[in-house]
Amino acid sequence: MRNRHTLSVLVEDVPGVLARIAGLFSRRGFNIESLAVGPTEQAGVSRMTIVVSVEDLPREQVTKQLNKLVNVLKIIELDDEQSVQRELILVKVAATRDTRSHILETVQLFRAKVVDVAPDAVTIEATGNTGKLQAMLKVLEPFGIKELVQSGAVAVSRGTKGMTDRNLRSA
Amino acid sequence: MTEQITGSESLVRALEHAGVEVVFGIPGGAILPAYDPIMDSTQIRHILVRHEQGAGHAAEGYATATGKVGVCMATSGPGATNLVTAIADAYMDSVPIVAITGQVPSAAIGTDAFQEADIRGITMPVTKHNYLITDPDEIPQAIAEAFHVAATGRPGPVLVDISKDALQGMTTFRWPGQVQLPGYKPTTTPHARQVRQAAKMIVAAERPVLYVGGGVVKADAAEDLYRLAELTGIPVVTTLMARGAFPDGHRQNLGMPGMHGTVAAVGALQQADLLIAVGTRFDDRVTGKLSSFAPSARVIHADIDPAEIGKNKPVDVPIVGDAKASIIALTDAIQAQLDSGAQPDYTDWWRTIDHWTGTYPLGYDVPDDGSLSPQYVIERLSAIAGPEAIYAAGVGQHQMWSAQFIDFQHPRTWLNSGGAGTMGYAVPAAMGAKVGRPDATVWAVDGDGCFQMTNQELATCTINDIPIKVALINNGALGMVRQWQTLFYNERYSNTDLNTHMFPDFVKLAEAYGCVGLRCDTAADVDAVIEKAMAVTDRPVVIDFQVHKDAMVWPMVAAGASNDDIQHARDMAPQWARED
Repeated sequence: MRNRHTLSVLVEDVPGVLARIAGLFSRRGFNIESLAVGPTEQAGVSRMTIVVSVEDLPREQVTKQLNKLVNVLKIIELDDEQSVQRELILVKVAATRDTRSHILETVQLFRAKVVDVAPDAVTIEATGNTGKLQAMLKVLEPFGIKELVQSGAVAVSRGTKGMTDRNLRSA
Repeated sequence: MTEQITGSESLVRALEHAGVEVVFGIPGGAILPAYDPIMDSTQIRHILVRHEQGAGHAAEGYATATGKVGVCMATSGPGATNLVTAIADAYMDSVPIVAITGQVPSAAIGTDAFQEADIRGITMPVTKHNYLITDPDEIPQAIAEAFHVAATGRPGPVLVDISKDALQGMTTFRWPGQVQLPGYKPTTTPHARQVRQAAKMIVAAERPVLYVGGGVVKADAAEDLYRLAELTGIPVVTTLMARGAFPDGHRQNLGMPGMHGTVAAVGALQQADLLIAVGTRFDDRVTGKLSSFAPSARVIHADIDPAEIGKNKPVDVPIVGDAKASIIALTDAIQAQLDSGAQPDYTDWWRTIDHWTGTYPLGYDVPDDGSLSPQYVIERLSAIAGPEAIYAAGVGQHQMWSAQFIDFQHPRTWLNSGGAGTMGYAVPAAMGAKVGRPDATVWAVDGDGCFQMTNQELATCTINDIPIKVALINNGALGMVRQWQTLFYNERYSNTDLNTHMFPDFVKLAEAYGCVGLRCDTAADVDAVIEKAMAVTDRPVVIDFQVHKDAMVWPMVAAGASNDDIQHARDMAPQWARED
């Protein structure tokens, strides 16, 4: 069955590491839905959140092949139920004197916020999981979306344990 | 005060500390600083090749014949890109090599400078790991890591690209002790529970097959495999990369499986109820149409690379570990099963297999027109040069005939381009093998197509006193492609005729390179010409065997077809169901 999987990948923060990972996905025929990368609480270690849409057997291959990259330190798959996932969007919506209040109402309903206002547009910042953001965009669409920019998902497991808890240097 | 040296001197010292005895390479602008201190090294012999591809395959040949890490060196840009084919070849066949390349000065990187190529980026998909070093202080660490990564776990190629300013800059040398890579921890010890479970399945099986791959050669586990095979009496098939891992002629050795495998080996895999796969990767050339491969078999798969387990064929018992450790553990666990009363019985299985072996032995037709059979040449070569010799082949018909008709008794005596199928592998690989094993007779069995891709290395061999021998299986055509045109393209021979029975004159070519050139085109002369070549020890020899153009490799499973549809000769399929 084809499924969406969220992988958290700890990597050494060295030049070329993103190219290694992106290249591996591309040459093995795996499709990346979204990718976000940034530093972690540990110096020299970056964390990538990669959302892939693959069947179960290839998903195992993704993980195993990623593990073979020398710069990859650790991979976990985050279960939807057991993790918190967030994406960020910035969306510029056309706004007239008549529609502005409706737009602001939508912003409040989705607990988003307005980050810029122009005479004929508002720019909205929103975070949430994919479902929530898609729902908001659907409501905003009739007003006229002039520009949309969306981050990849970042995700963290629920509970006390962190992915980087165990000392990676001795792992 | 710590001694100040250049990055280049640091590189050469690092290579010496890594135990390097020989480097195959060609200098050029960006790598030039490294070539100065290499001149002074008493430990490292640098062999100047004629093309970087030759350097890469020579490093592979050296590595495969000796079990050590092979080293090749080239300059930036085209020097480095010429290495790529050999690096990709080493990646596919898990050959431990380290490639050192010069790079343009770091300030010029990214500016499309003269002879600039992003070789780290280019080789990312075909190396186990690679480095771009722009700081001279990082050279020893990178070299130490490169050798560690190349040689351990599943072996493979590692490239170290070093910018010219890093080679020229001043630094101090410190050889790192133990290499610690937090993201690189190959599992070498097999899991005891999995091994026990495998042993139980093995003694309970009725139709088991040991499906042995190149990993057994790489892990130097041939003797351990022999013990396992003898203990259990299970039939063994040795893949193209594993020829020599188990002695040919041993009753249990069914030969090579796959597209050009023996009927017994292919049939045993197809009808097995248990595959014990060790150091092998269920390559499409072995499995044929995957969905119909070994349909009733449960699978035990032992491999050092967890990503190979279950990649192509679902596995019942996965064993991640070194092939040697896994085979020893399996042997012990099976012994324990036998000691506690297990009584495996493979009598019926052997009766079936013996029937196939007896009915469908490897063979070939002698051409009616009196022309020379390529298979006969290779059979005689094997008989005369013997199992102590090392044989290197390229890719194509000559490679398959070599795998079929050479009598292999020892591991590391068979070198060929298996996964990548690289034309031009044989001559430089034989050169590398001869450098690593100067005591051994080294034969390159090459095709006339392959030979013309890298034969310039004969000059390297002559000048550097590397007396290899070349048996050129010259059928005047790109033989394997021609065979497919015969079988699948209505005998329309588009662009496969090389006219090599006329041009070039290989005897003259050999002589021009300072080799002994010989020619043979009749069966009656084969032994004499091989013996003449064997007697030459002071320079390379090339024998131009002019063989029958239409000879084909049989048995054959057509690409994409099921192994069940193997033909042991043209339009001749074995009768699988045996009536008792």
